[in-house]
Amino acid sequence: MTVPLLQLTAVAKSFGAVRALKGVSFDLRAGEVHALLGENGAGKSTLIKVITGAHSPDAGTLELAGQRVVQLSPARAHRLGIACIYQQPALFPDLTVAENIALRLEPVTPLRRVAWPARRRQAGELLHRLGATISPETEVRSLSMPEQQLVEIACALGAGARIVIMDEPTASLTQQEVARLFGIVRALRQDGVGIIYISHRLEEIFALADRVTVLRDGESVGTRCVRRENAAGPKRDVAQSTEAMADAPLLTEAQLIQLMVGREVSTLAPPVERELGDVVLALERVGCAASGVQAVTLAVRAGEIVGLAGLIGAGRTELARILFGLTPADSGQIVLQGQRVTLASPQAAVARGIAYVPEDRRRHGLILEMPIAQNIALASHRWLFPGTWLRFGAERTLALNFMRDLGVKAAGPEALGSSLSGGNQQKVALARWLATRPKLLILDEPTQGVDVGAKGELHRIIRRLAQEGMAVLLISSDLPEILSLSHRLAVMRGGTITALLPNGCQASEVMAAALGQTGERATE
Amino acid sequence: MVNRYFRELSVAAALIVVLTGLAWFAPSFFEPQPLLSRLTAAAPRLVVACGIAIVIVCRQIDISVGSLFAVCSVGAGWLAAAHVPGPLVLLATLALGAAGGALNGGLVAVLGLPAIVVTLAMMVTLREALRLVQQGVFINLPDGVQWFGLPMSLGQLTVCGIALGILLVLNWALGSLAVGRFVYAVGSDAEAARLAGIRPRAVTFGVFVLTGTLTGLAAVMNLVQSPQVDPSTGRLLELEAIAAAVVGGVAVAGGRGRLGGVLAGFLLLTCITPALTYLGVKPYWDKAIQGAIILLAVVADGIRRRRELP
Repeated sequence: MTVPLLQLTAVAKSFGAVRALKGVSFDLRAGEVHALLGENGAGKSTLIKVITGAHSPDAGTLELAGQRVVQLSPARAHRLGIACIYQQPALFPDLTVAENIALRLEPVTPLRRVAWPARRRQAGELLHRLGATISPETEVRSLSMPEQQLVEIACALGAGARIVIMDEPTASLTQQEVARLFGIVRALRQDGVGIIYISHRLEEIFALADRVTVLRDGESVGTRCVRRENAAGPKRDVAQSTEAMADAPLLTEAQLIQLMVGREVSTLAPPVERELGDVVLALERVGCAASGVQAVTLAVRAGEIVGLAGLIGAGRTELARILFGLTPADSGQIVLQGQRVTLASPQAAVARGIAYVPEDRRRHGLILEMPIAQNIALASHRWLFPGTWLRFGAERTLALNFMRDLGVKAAGPEALGSSLSGGNQQKVALARWLATRPKLLILDEPTQGVDVGAKGELHRIIRRLAQEGMAVLLISSDLPEILSLSHRLAVMRGGTITALLPNGCQASEVMAAALGQTGERATE
Repeated sequence: MVNRYFRELSVAAALIVVLTGLAWFAPSFFEPQPLLSRLTAAAPRLVVACGIAIVIVCRQIDISVGSLFAVCSVGAGWLAAAHVPGPLVLLATLALGAAGGALNGGLVAVLGLPAIVVTLAMMVTLREALRLVQQGVFINLPDGVQWFGLPMSLGQLTVCGIALGILLVLNWALGSLAVGRFVYAVGSDAEAARLAGIRPRAVTFGVFVLTGTLTGLAAVMNLVQSPQVDPSTGRLLELEAIAAAVVGGVAVAGGRGRLGGVLAGFLLLTCITPALTYLGVKPYWDKAIQGAIILLAVVADGIRRRRELP
């Protein structure tokens, strides 16, 4: 067997308590398209960042064409022929195409003279090779997204990249543009370039990939051949492989989904069936053009936890932001406790009894420079301090009550938010919103980056809140979590709800709906 | 606790060192009348520094206060020269200052423009407009304006009293009013504050209006100290105010700072000049040493911030 272009062996990487990669092995051969698949948070981005040198692994080895590489940096990875094309092209919008390409290809020596005519000619040749009709003199700002992507690919080609990573390259492309991109990818493959292809669109993986590796919870759960003839090795011609696309794949979509979600049963018992209360929130074809949410119809009852599942970018956080008045809806109606409302600002949402615990709590969930007590009181000033000024006694009592109630481990209510662990920060962020006595609680990835113990505590708290009659809308990418906590599950894709699943549905059903396997393609 | 007030305490310690040095080498510094005169002359600067400190806590900046101060001084001077009653002059000047602040705040908060550029433009525009209108002519003030018509020492005490009163009221408001807390929240992280139901734009706008108003007040406090209004007054006031705030432990990156520290920073910078004179240091060194103190304060803040990063 030939030496692979890239060989990762037992690569591990942790961020604090979170183990993003737990010993992943992965190999890429010359002239293959190797798809990388996994749920949100499965470790795909971390793995990519290890390959591009952005993260250095805690353990494991990385070999390029049989040579072990240590201390890989992004600059070194670039020199070694590794290129990454991101979903959002990372070009300089005010420079021309030629300047952008030259910047990538010039060695970084500040005082060297740039041979502009040669660079321009080279840029033109590269673009021509890709079949693009972009003038090298165009400012990148004026290019469309797919054109910018082509420029990125031209940079990779110009740098003589042997390994090209494509991170959801088709996310914002039309069908035609996808077809053209596929043509380019196949041409690259024929030239012996190894391509790591990340996509959530299974049909693309089946159309393009030779092999697929599925990541789950930071582990590789398996590498499978997608197309039979590819197992033979890099020496084939394009015509043959294109024809071969009609062949039945070795792996079915169902098998792939099963690999992604795994078979393990969730650790928590499913929610108890109970009598639910009145409808607290009813959405009727709610949309917001600015954030790409369209025609969302959903109801949440008192005492009910409705899970909102979907992939990153499916529009879940965007929907939450509509409900919290951050990006107000411009179509449809929102009915809150029987009353039609317009939620034009967070203040309006809070006044209506809506609470939103945002994702990324280290940045937005709480104010790190403020003590716990102030953080908890921050959204409740209206009722907590009915007069004009603050009452520190009341604030402290409120904080102490919530800290005891939610089990916040801290030196005291005066401890700064920055001194807390992730789980405790999340509890404080939650306490802030519980203090507003909301009718509807929206939780956005409440246990992301939280250790296992605190996660279990948060689950119990969320359940108890629902039992006490709160309506909860739970956004989570953690499938076992959302499956076990939710009474009902709404799956979003392409800015709208594509499936409503009952309590007790299977992880594979959720994943299939999130991947759009049953629904229509969400391409614009 | 010591840790939490570290910045303020270290400034206070530096102040105590300077004062002790003065008491040792130049006890005449503490003679009541010269000391009162010195403090009175500096008192308007303290009022502006309080406003600037709050602006910086809100993670903004206002470098137009010096020019606004001059505009307010000239405006107040015209009114006083026209024998408009004192309280009306005060109110009109406060309104003028507030209007200037509102213009800054509107551009920064509503249009989302960077405060440094907006207030730089305002600084130049106001200063040049004033020069064009006033042509450098001093305004003579009628009798009864100086020291509010009070005896001099009583007038001086009044000016100092106003400055101290403003400091105490603002300090109380920052600590005990919800809006004070909103300023810290917005300065720490505007997006987090917005997600907590606070309106960052309204807070930012208010902070600029407050600073403008305080600048108007400072102009009046300065006006009563001399028989004439110099239309080029207030030069470098913005720098002195920012210096007092920064030396007083207000974090340049926003979200942190206390007016107690600003008072200490203000006193330290005010005492340094006479201290140097008494110690026989050549006056050329004065600005350089002030600059060094400011640099030291910013560097200390930067080091602390770096160390606190995870």
